[in-house]
Amino acid sequence: MKEARAMKKNILISPYGGLLLLALILALMPLAVSNDFHYDLLTKICLTATVAVGLNLLVGYAGQVSLGHAAFYGAGAYASAILTSQYNLSPMVALLSAAAGVGVMAWLVGRPILHLKGHYLSMATLGLGVIAAIVLNNEEQLTGGPDGVGLPPLSLFGHELSVFGEYQFAGLTFTGVELWYLLAAAVLVIAVLLALNIIDSPLGRALRALHGSEIAAQVAGVDTAKYKLRVFVISAVYASVAGSLYGHYSGFITPTVASFEHSIELITIVVLGGMASTFGVIIGAAILVLIPQFLTDFQELEMVVFGAILMAVMIFLPRGLLPSVLQRLQRGAQ
Amino acid sequence: MFSEFFQFTFSGITLGAIYALVALGFTLIYNASHVINFAQGEFLMIGGMGTVVLVGTGLPLPAAMVGALVLATVAGILLHRLAIAPARDADVVTLIIITIGASIFLRGLAQFFWGKEYHALPRFSATESLSIGGATLLTQSLWILGIAVVLVVALAMFFSRSKLGKAILATSMNKDAARLAGIKTQVILGVAFGISALLGAAAGLIVTPITFTAYDVGIMLGLKGFVAAAIGGLGSSTGAVVGGLLLGLSEAYTAGYISSDYKDAVPFVIILAILFFLPNGLFGSRAAERV
Amino acid sequence: MSALLSVTNLSKEFGGVHAIEDLSFEVQRGHVHSIIGPNGAGKTTLFNLVTGLYQPSAGAVTLGGRDITGRAPHKLCEMGMARTFQNLQICMNMSALENVMLGRHRHLGSGALAAMLKLPGLRKADRHCREHCRELMTFVGCGDYLDHAASAMPYGALKRLEIARALAAEPDILLLDEPAAGLNATETEALKSVIQKIAGKGITVVLVEHDMKLVMNVSDHLLVISYGRKLAEGTPEQIREHPEVIAAYLGGGTRERQAQEVPA
Ligand SMILES: Nc1ncnc2c1ncn2[C@@H]1O[C@H](COP(=O)(O)OP(=O)(O)O)[C@@H](O)[C@H]1O
Ligand SMILES: [Mg+2]
Repeated sequence: MKEARAMKKNILISPYGGLLLLALILALMPLAVSNDFHYDLLTKICLTATVAVGLNLLVGYAGQVSLGHAAFYGAGAYASAILTSQYNLSPMVALLSAAAGVGVMAWLVGRPILHLKGHYLSMATLGLGVIAAIVLNNEEQLTGGPDGVGLPPLSLFGHELSVFGEYQFAGLTFTGVELWYLLAAAVLVIAVLLALNIIDSPLGRALRALHGSEIAAQVAGVDTAKYKLRVFVISAVYASVAGSLYGHYSGFITPTVASFEHSIELITIVVLGGMASTFGVIIGAAILVLIPQFLTDFQELEMVVFGAILMAVMIFLPRGLLPSVLQRLQRGAQ
Repeated sequence: MFSEFFQFTFSGITLGAIYALVALGFTLIYNASHVINFAQGEFLMIGGMGTVVLVGTGLPLPAAMVGALVLATVAGILLHRLAIAPARDADVVTLIIITIGASIFLRGLAQFFWGKEYHALPRFSATESLSIGGATLLTQSLWILGIAVVLVVALAMFFSRSKLGKAILATSMNKDAARLAGIKTQVILGVAFGISALLGAAAGLIVTPITFTAYDVGIMLGLKGFVAAAIGGLGSSTGAVVGGLLLGLSEAYTAGYISSDYKDAVPFVIILAILFFLPNGLFGSRAAERV
Repeated sequence: MSALLSVTNLSKEFGGVHAIEDLSFEVQRGHVHSIIGPNGAGKTTLFNLVTGLYQPSAGAVTLGGRDITGRAPHKLCEMGMARTFQNLQICMNMSALENVMLGRHRHLGSGALAAMLKLPGLRKADRHCREHCRELMTFVGCGDYLDHAASAMPYGALKRLEIARALAAEPDILLLDEPAAGLNATETEALKSVIQKIAGKGITVVLVEHDMKLVMNVSDHLLVISYGRKLAEGTPEQIREHPEVIAAYLGGGTRERQAQEVPA
């Protein structure tokens, strides 16, 4: 009896308890929001958070900085666009092919650059990201150039999922916007579950050791080059899947999805929310999606306020929002 | 044929001189504090935009220039004082995000107070261009080269001759030892940021008569300066100048002979190629990591 | 008796400084083989060369008869080599226990798919690993820190934690770089018995240490180096009598005293 209670408590404070809480919050969200606009924001938060959870494996846990991660997000989105509209693949097949392709691409570019250290790695990933954005802008025949390209609605098991549709399930009526939110939320929960599993495994320990002490990892038998490459590919696939989904959701993408600014936004989410904190980066994603909404009141001062908030948080809470807050709570409890 | 080559070379060197100045700014801050300052490009913007705005208030051009340079230098010192110094123990990535926040902040201020329009400055000389061997040389290019050379030489003299310069060098080599020797390292670091901002603003100012300026020109210029600094091997001043010139030339040749669509990609292709063979850049240290 | 580790004409230069110069010696299987020498003699560099962290300028290293010169550290780990560090290499972003579990890396499947899906086989292996590593922590005297973050542990405990991590790999040969530096007398005594127990399990130990009492107590064989070169070699008794060693190192040699006062 006592043991059972102890175990229950363990689950609640373990990361998997966090996952339950996350799933609960996401499931209850529809009670709190009513209009399409809110659903739109929630869907964007979930998709952005999915990328961030993957990027956090690379940056927060394994300590390898990427300033070009939007390239993989953009590659996923564009691959889906091109495969569906020019090669007539069904969206799901396109999404999976895109993920596989982006994984291979990450493996190929990761091999030569991941042995770089510190700022040189930042430089190289940044360079790859900028090059990807320039290619998307210039290869107009394939990508539509700066004007962008359209995507068909997603289809699941033969049913089209359009934001403009209405759907009946077991006597209930859902709008397409609501279903898209549920889909994005489910994707996020799965993304978090997989990430938590990775972190709590020999693979996860090896990855964290890359950050903690690469030398310790090496002499403990970790092939550091291989593991860097692995987590690079994993995080790229996360980005690709989220990119493909975003493309189908918005129905239209431009090269800005792969821009340097977007890469910076992604890394900001990770650092702001809390490196090596899976739930922290979800909060980071929510903040970065929502901040522009709150800042519309400031209109012309939006950038000033955003820049100031970013600096202030990083100066006063250098470990990121969630880890810093948790640390303070813990200290308070003691 | 030859005149074309000459033309591209000349515009490449002009561009390269600008990149070299930005890269020197990066190098200076990197050496002093190991921070990669993503707000470096904003100093270029302040140099150009500041001059434009001050000229707009009726100030004569030289006074406006001085005003803009002072403004940028103050911004650099404040950046260190308010944002970098309080977070000096933070993670490298955290510092990167702080400088990114600073760049967004500065860009936002420029956009708010100075607007979003593109501006130009008059050329420094009345004669616009000279014709040499069939190639047209902008007199502004000569100004850029001349000023860049003067700045580089002045910087070198500053570090080798002046007490302040030596204090900065001592601080960048070993902070603790410098502190023990009685150097106020935080003040010194602030000075390094100020000089770096001054360099950037000067570059932004002298290039404005040929490239236009706006609140957001700092992003790409800053990135290319970072690339130039990395090509040279972060921390090497010679490397920064070589890296800057290399970038400028290859960009000009690509735009001239291959395609101007991909000219912005050139710096990044070059840096990736260099890092592939030399993971610490051209002039970076290759010492074995101590265990 | 056969040589497990053999070093032949090994040299390492750092921009003109000969940290190791033309050094040759053998470590017998099952021995506790100590390497002593003043600070800066090249002991740590030697470890770094043997464990693949540095590439030698010249010479060769073999392990169990196989040439391992310049082989990557993780490959050497898979061949049964483990080590600790004079300047700690602890992952401060992990718990103490996880640091030790990292040491078992070579015994655990680490496939990405198995990890993502938390397959039962992996889960079970990981649970065993956790139990085993807790025991190892207790064995080296870190039993008080089973649930601690590595960053919350004192220096002495971290030194022992490194030994536990090295043991977790189940090595054939264990290299310890100044394990007693910074430990007090009781801790050093405990360390002595840990080393003896490790040797008792048949693990070959190569020990770099300044504490002569400890060294003389646990060693089967000693190698004395100075300025990267071999000064003397032999049993503890032979070394104690060795005129050159006495002159240069043991007999009130100033460098040794310095070395003991400044545990770098
Ligand atoms: N990575 C390195 N780069 C340059 N010199 C080094 C490096 N590692 C060690 N050395 C030099 O090699 C010599 C031997 O050092 P070390 O092996 O640490 O000695 P010990 O462990 O015996 O005290 C010293 O002169 C040291 O400065
Ligand atoms: Mg040593």
